[in-house]
Amino acid sequence: MATLKLEILTPDAKIFEGDVDSVLLPGAEGDMGVLPQHEALITQLNAGELHIMHNGKTEILAIGEGFAEITATTVNVLTDGAVNEKDIDEKVAEEAVKRAEDLLKSNTLEGEELEATQASLARSLVQIGVKRRRRS
Amino acid sequence: MANLRDIRRRIKSVKNTSQITKAMQMVAATKMRRAQQVAISLRPYASKLDDIAGHLYANMGKDEISHPLLQKRNKSGKTAVVVITSEKGLCGPLNTNLLRDVIKADDSSKVYISVGKKGRQVLARLKKNLLADFELKDTPSFSDSKTISRFVLQKFEEGQFDAVEIYYNRFVNTLTQVPTRYPLVPIGAGVLEVAKALGEAERSEALATSNKGPIFHNFEPDADVLLGKLLPYYVHLELYEKILESRASEHSARMVAMKNATDNAKQLVKDLTLEYNKARQASITNEILEISSAAAMMAK
Repeated sequence: MATLKLEILTPDAKIFEGDVDSVLLPGAEGDMGVLPQHEALITQLNAGELHIMHNGKTEILAIGEGFAEITATTVNVLTDGAVNEKDIDEKVAEEAVKRAEDLLKSNTLEGEELEATQASLARSLVQIGVKRRRRS
Repeated sequence: MANLRDIRRRIKSVKNTSQITKAMQMVAATKMRRAQQVAISLRPYASKLDDIAGHLYANMGKDEISHPLLQKRNKSGKTAVVVITSEKGLCGPLNTNLLRDVIKADDSSKVYISVGKKGRQVLARLKKNLLADFELKDTPSFSDSKTISRFVLQKFEEGQFDAVEIYYNRFVNTLTQVPTRYPLVPIGAGVLEVAKALGEAERSEALATSNKGPIFHNFEPDADVLLGKLLPYYVHLELYEKILESRASEHSARMVAMKNATDNAKQLVKDLTLEYNKARQASITNEILEISSAAAMMAK
């Protein structure tokens, strides 16, 4: 069976590189499944879950916003950050959410601080979402 | 000789100082290597970004694109200056040199965004128009840097300034760091040069292999819209790159400064030891002299 060569790059590191059966991407205009022989496509990605299917196993990554370049044999994902579901510590993520919510509630933040906190809240929520879904 | 003890005390304190500077030198060397490593791991991402921009160019069917980030404009007459300095001192003339350049280029049209404590202190003391101040961790991540670039882009969109430039210390090698001014917005031709060249190569290749035209990829959303989304990433990436480079410069400057301090301390210990020995000998000679003259007196 044909495989796709998947590469996930963030500015800090190469998160994933390898052959996979299919990928599910959180596209800006809806989630999309990508199988080998997909037509060439460049798309924007939202922050969300990226599913990697290989040999009947599914690996789930929480990714930030970015871009994907798809050809018949390759998928290149460029994103701000990617965390493997296995590496997500739910407690840590939950604490991060709580901290962010407290900060937002206290209303003392302004401008860029507010934005940064909202962004980190969104990121942590995605991570927790990935973890919970996997468990249930 | 009363100052024998003083000299001994000074030798001890200089030795202690040299131990500290030696340790700091070693820490800085490790951190420098790490900072360079991070800068290298940025490259695959950057080249992929160029690739994608290249595909977009090839498929747009026109050479020039209009986007606020690419155009010179004259709305507010202001220029934002992002000054990247270190958080900590003890790194030689690094920050001083950079800030001297910043102050030299200063005029009423500049608004400042400081990254790093040292820059903020100076700019605040000189009562410059400081728009925002950011502090960074020792090893800044992309999301830290993105907070800054996002803020810059937002203010740019609001029309608070027409252009953005970065002042940072360019890393040449361990011994040399050059204070450099880098125009961030409007995005210069140099930044997109690679992408443009890739795009043109792809287009001519497509024309050579088929007569249908250069349509290769599909885009979601349109190529134009997508390029608009992609451009801010160039800004994010550029700023992150400069921050990382500043960090590498800072650590190597600190390493060199601390090495000099250690060497100086060693020389000082050497000089002081010599002085100490001389003083010790002089006092012994004195004592012998006293004893022998006393003995001579008794013998009479």
